[in-house]
Amino acid sequence: MNDWFGVTLLFRWTGAAVAAAVMALPLMVRAIRLSIEAVDRRLEDAARTLGAGPWRCFATVTLPLCLPGVLAALVLGFARSIGEFGATITFVSNIPGETRTLPIAIYSALQIPGADAAVARLSAVAVLLSLASLVASEWLARRAGGGRGGHVL
Amino acid sequence: MCFDISVSRRLGDRTVGVAFTAGDGLTALFGPSGAGKTSVLNMVAGLLRPDAGHVRVGGVTMFDAANRITVPPHRRRAGYVFQDARLFPHLTVRANLLYGHRLAEPADRWMAPDEAIAFLDLGLLLDRRPDTLSGGEARRVAIGRALLSGPRFLLMDEPLSSLDEARREEILRVIERIRDELALPILYVTHESAEVRRLANHIVSIGSAAA
Repeated sequence: MNDWFGVTLLFRWTGAAVAAAVMALPLMVRAIRLSIEAVDRRLEDAARTLGAGPWRCFATVTLPLCLPGVLAALVLGFARSIGEFGATITFVSNIPGETRTLPIAIYSALQIPGADAAVARLSAVAVLLSLASLVASEWLARRAGGGRGGHVL
Repeated sequence: MCFDISVSRRLGDRTVGVAFTAGDGLTALFGPSGAGKTSVLNMVAGLLRPDAGHVRVGGVTMFDAANRITVPPHRRRAGYVFQDARLFPHLTVRANLLYGHRLAEPADRWMAPDEAIAFLDLGLLLDRRPDTLSGGEARRVAIGRALLSGPRFLLMDEPLSSLDEARREEILRVIERIRDELALPILYVTHESAEVRRLANHIVSIGSAAA
């Protein structure tokens, strides 16, 4: 990679971002796919008879109607990346200020005797972040269902 | 001949099909529920692909199985008024009305938005959302949306179903005026013989006779 493109991913934050993307994407794809499938085909048919080609139909009808589901998937992917541990530590190691994610920071703090306060602080941050993203994704999913009890996950 | 249609398609374990030619005015496709009337409209609009046959409207071939011609639905210029209106829920009534109008070639637009709004008496509804409309209002907006897309012909799928007596009369008058004042060919699906007697210039039976 370094020879070909002059970029390297190993031990850089970019590598950590790729690792997080690889881990989060399957989850996001599933959520986005379900929300696109939940869009009423009959509305897309109506758009086609009104003169919209397939792409315009997708952009003006399908996408706006599944937008809450797509946003929910983004929140989900964000939360998944925040909690990334395995892929990150495997490929880009644990470099403070570069590739250290929240769980890795907690893990590191646990290795140091007497760092209980730091561990508690980091854990609190982790709990708050996951709670916030859970609430956000649930709220978006509810909006996607339009109050009809639909669910994107 | 305005409508020259001969289509058939297998749906599950039965075959839906009809063949007819009809002149200008309103052609009623008449038959019992479940006879495949809506499927025929979908085939004319291009939403459902017939297994065999042809669809020609006003001399323009939209589908011909023998010559492998299939015009995609967005180029057929069919004004389809669906039974369930199918207004876009994320758009206002105004944006719904203009959706097809904006997509039509300027030369193909034969009705201005103001004309359609006056014609169908939609002035007070423009800023509302489709989910706040009554059944009759939604039906009128759907008709307006179809007219504004610059169609060469209209397809109407039971436009009077699930409306009360007064609303029915209102929509019936609108359809009569489209037929007479706008002189637009209409393919009209219904299972009510009263509507057929009042509206139709030509009658095509489908179902028991055709099956």
